[in-house]
Amino acid sequence: MTLSIEEVEHIAELAKLALTDEEKARYREQLSAILDYFNRLQAIDTDDIPPTATVLPLHTVLRDDVPHPGISREELLANTEHKENGMFRVEAILDESP
Amino acid sequence: MSDLTDLTIEEAHALLQRGEVSSVELTQAHLERIEAVDGLIRSYLTVTAGQALDQARAADARRAEGEDTPLLGVPLSYKDVLCTRGVQTTCGSRILEGYRPPYTATAIEKLEALGAVMLGKTNMDEFAMGSSTENSAYVVTRNPWDTERVPGGSSGGSAASVAARLAVASLGTDTGGSIRQPASLCGVVGLKPSYGRVSRYGLVAFASSLDQIGPLTRSVTDAALMLNAIAGHDPRDSTSMNVEVPDYTAALRADMQGLRVGVPREYFIEGMQPAVEAAVRAAIDQLAELGAEIREVSLPHTDAALPVYYLVAPAEASANLARFDGVRYGPRVVAGSMWETYRQTRGQGFGPEVKRRIMLGTYALSAGYYDAYYLKAQKVRTLIKQDFEQAFEQVDLIACPVSPTTAFRIGERIDDPLQMYLSDVLTLAVNLAGICGISIPCGFDENDLPIGLQLIGPAFGEEQVLRAAYAYEQSTDWHTRVPAL
Repeated sequence: MTLSIEEVEHIAELAKLALTDEEKARYREQLSAILDYFNRLQAIDTDDIPPTATVLPLHTVLRDDVPHPGISREELLANTEHKENGMFRVEAILDESP
Repeated sequence: MSDLTDLTIEEAHALLQRGEVSSVELTQAHLERIEAVDGLIRSYLTVTAGQALDQARAADARRAEGEDTPLLGVPLSYKDVLCTRGVQTTCGSRILEGYRPPYTATAIEKLEALGAVMLGKTNMDEFAMGSSTENSAYVVTRNPWDTERVPGGSSGGSAASVAARLAVASLGTDTGGSIRQPASLCGVVGLKPSYGRVSRYGLVAFASSLDQIGPLTRSVTDAALMLNAIAGHDPRDSTSMNVEVPDYTAALRADMQGLRVGVPREYFIEGMQPAVEAAVRAAIDQLAELGAEIREVSLPHTDAALPVYYLVAPAEASANLARFDGVRYGPRVVAGSMWETYRQTRGQGFGPEVKRRIMLGTYALSAGYYDAYYLKAQKVRTLIKQDFEQAFEQVDLIACPVSPTTAFRIGERIDDPLQMYLSDVLTLAVNLAGICGISIPCGFDENDLPIGLQLIGPAFGEEQVLRAAYAYEQSTDWHTRVPAL
């Protein structure tokens, strides 16, 4: 199978990745080859086989809900220059559609 | 002083205990060797010299107060995917350049509580995606046995630092072979613990159902000592199992009486380098000499492990790596609107292999393809897990090669992703099944490059894996060879 450039662009948009034309062409070729190779899975009979959700014999893991000190606001904001009034500063989100 | 950098944890502990060397001297010797040799090997991304000497002084003070544990004052390196409070943690990626985490990974916190010294953070394939460490956005790490060759990956910096005597031991992570394969290619010991044995808290997630932290060391005893230190339940990781942590060194015995070892016919694949097959077959004969009963076993879905892994792991990665958007950490490419800022920050911040896997994973999870790819892969994963469960009804351990070839040349596979993925074909299934495996040195090829033997055990079967690895190691001298640098 060969992915179309439109399909590559659609995947890149779902993943919010800006790609150059050269990258799109390369990923189209490489992903097509990889997916072709992976089609060998279709030959395996999995009719009555449940998918693996976890390899562990665990179900819902809960702990007691006890308040404890977290990481301070200053420390959490220390890794960006884009901040204002103790908050992360981002660009406007309401004046465009995704 | 150079002999101080040849010591194992066990040997360093003995000298520290007798007061023949201090942690400051031991740490200084490693820092000097890093200064002298790492310009060539490039195993470290960050060297924390000042902090290391502070920790060494603190360790010496604790020892003077009468404290005595095996890791107190021993200098280690940590893969740069493990968070270290206040110390840059990049995951080998531009998108985390300058990131100083506000917390430390549990595994490192445990080592620090025991008084281990951190020398620095080691190079890796970006976000642990790769098999050669060439996918690092920063530097290419070289194999200490032949500097024109790769150290393997993704924990290539950790493996090279241990092989080149630039750290006594290291912590790496293994999602599909990323501890065992570089250990094999660099001639050191690398243990991938069972899923749930070691807390993943503070390990920057690549594929959450597969990732596991483990040690790279120069002896099996050291691997057991490191596992003693890092294993156990952590309330901050709900997938860490609340299973008792034994003293893994107590399991080490110089014989294999009573152990049944399975040899899976599917793991001696076409295209395997003849020297690798010969060395591993000879190692299996040696296990028999040591008293093991050798049986052929079958793992019929071995062929499917590669496609299953390269669907499941990228699918999980595409979700895990959604958090890198330039808002809270890492460089932000301001592009006029929020969505364009996300696209540009991610497009420029991630390297080619990471983007390739995000694309692959996004595709496998996207509407219309989910059932055919992701769900199918998770069903076949169940079959792979069942193969191992059935095999472990007949045997205690499985013995096979780690990598189909010894270290390949830098640049040789970088343009062919599928070829690169095939380097992991013998290690992936262990992660998919959640079980444990170790790589130990078992020979050298015609170019004097190290070969690794893989011993695989069932979930939480680390004691029998370490026992067999120790018995083999004690009866051979492969682990005593040192790369000439």
